Amino acid sequence: MGVTETPAMRFSGLGQVFQTRSGPLEALRGVEFDVARHEFVAVLGPSGCGKSTLLRMIAGLIKPTSGVVEVFGLPVDGPRDDVGIVFQKPTLLPWANIEDNVVFPAKHKTGMVSQKDRETARRIIKTVGLEGFEARMPSELSGGMQQRVGIARALFMNPDILLMDEPFSALDALTREVMGFELLRIWESQPKTVLFITHSISEAVLLADRVVVMSERPGHIIEDIKVPLSRPRDMSADNAKVLHDFTGHLRNLLLKRAA
Amino acid sequence: MTSQDISATSSSNAPLSAPTNPVALLRKLANVPGVLAAVTFALVLVVWETSTHVFAIPSFVLPAPTRILAGFDAVTTGRWLEHVWATLRIALFGYFLSIAFAVPIAVALARSPMLSKALYPILVVIQSTPVVAIAPIVIVVLGAGDAPRIVITCLITFFPIVVSTTTGLMATPPELIELSRSLKATAFREISQIRLPFAVPYIFSALKISITLAVIGAVVAEFVAAEKGIGYFIQFSTSLFKIQQAWSGLVVLVVLSLVLFQMVSFVQRLFFPWSLSKDGR
Repeated sequence: MGVTETPAMRFSGLGQVFQTRSGPLEALRGVEFDVARHEFVAVLGPSGCGKSTLLRMIAGLIKPTSGVVEVFGLPVDGPRDDVGIVFQKPTLLPWANIEDNVVFPAKHKTGMVSQKDRETARRIIKTVGLEGFEARMPSELSGGMQQRVGIARALFMNPDILLMDEPFSALDALTREVMGFELLRIWESQPKTVLFITHSISEAVLLADRVVVMSERPGHIIEDIKVPLSRPRDMSADNAKVLHDFTGHLRNLLLKRAA
Repeated sequence: MTSQDISATSSSNAPLSAPTNPVALLRKLANVPGVLAAVTFALVLVVWETSTHVFAIPSFVLPAPTRILAGFDAVTTGRWLEHVWATLRIALFGYFLSIAFAVPIAVALARSPMLSKALYPILVVIQSTPVVAIAPIVIVVLGAGDAPRIVITCLITFFPIVVSTTTGLMATPPELIELSRSLKATAFREISQIRLPFAVPYIFSALKISITLAVIGAVVAEFVAAEKGIGYFIQFSTSLFKIQQAWSGLVVLVVLSLVLFQMVSFVQRLFFPWSLSKDGR
């Protein structure tokens, strides 16, 4: 990544105060970091530290109270086309089959679905490993498969930026690990800038190029650190040692604050 | 633990392979859906029939089922159909009119918290007004004819549909609303492609309640002023002290309500099968 290149995402001097019934709630304070193009950044932090708020700011769904959020050098002033979101739960449409769920963004945005849209959808369904399931209903799929559809729906508009809000936290541990490697495979086949929100240390380390560690509320960055692992990520003996040490470092960092 | 499981399974399997055992056969029969309910219903009829004879209950107090059956002969089939149609017509007209008003109002309530605050108390007042009490007033105001009967039917069916539809529209997963906003979709598409379909299970639970209420509304209107319909028939029969005839009218009403209810369920199963599964909610 060239140092001079415009970052895909930039948070500068970011603060967020929500007005709640019990008074103002400071969610974020002085958050500052960049994400380079095609970089995979994990935002790691305890529950309620404002991680998801960061993601929604990039998506243009929330305006920051103070500071600036930029995407490719321009301030975000509303929802954008070049951003795809994967939510914590798959939240598929229960009345639509898998293919219709994947083309839903086109149908919802323009009111119609072209033949080309359907071809794109089928290609993406294949990419996420669900070929042959196009005509199935969401209720016939397992949680992991449903989230694959969620990812396919986010990839459908071919966004430059993929925002993932704890996408695997509702899955069982084993499926979660499989899905992590699947995500890396998809990401390597079609590079995207990824902002991955998680509260799992090992997930952040295993997937991301960089881990941004956030504090409890009001959320601010306590560490912004490159993951010292080469790609493709695998479980070789060398990697396992580095992974263990690095994970330990992050755990100490978070536990010290929690105590 | 495991060996217990196995022995339990094998012992419950054994009678299945030997259906000659009458107790096992009965047990198997009882597991067929609907059989237990049908048997219970038949038993109730038998007890009813015999007790009216044994205790010599006068037929104006409780006519035996066979006498109620005989009550059907009081008028011709053609006349019965006329009565049924008169009631059915008002019930269905009021029901569909009610849906046509209730769903758009529910959409408006779900979209605007201010409108919701303004209208909701009025809706509760309407719902709290006993329809039986307001029926004579409505008929005096709107005169004889279909209009007051349809209004009465609307009044009784309206509220459940509005409340349930609004609840369904608000129960849409917030993530999908965020997805909609991130796609800069129009409000119309947010309603038509996300919120309304998500409300379908809620709408149908209200439609099932309201279709039986619609029959009640039509009958109440006939009690006040009518020259046709099952409600009119029951009132007319009681005024002549033909109690078993009134009972046969009641049976017709129950069957009518059941058939209508099943038809609404059938429409849901046919067009919205996904809304019956757990994921539909």
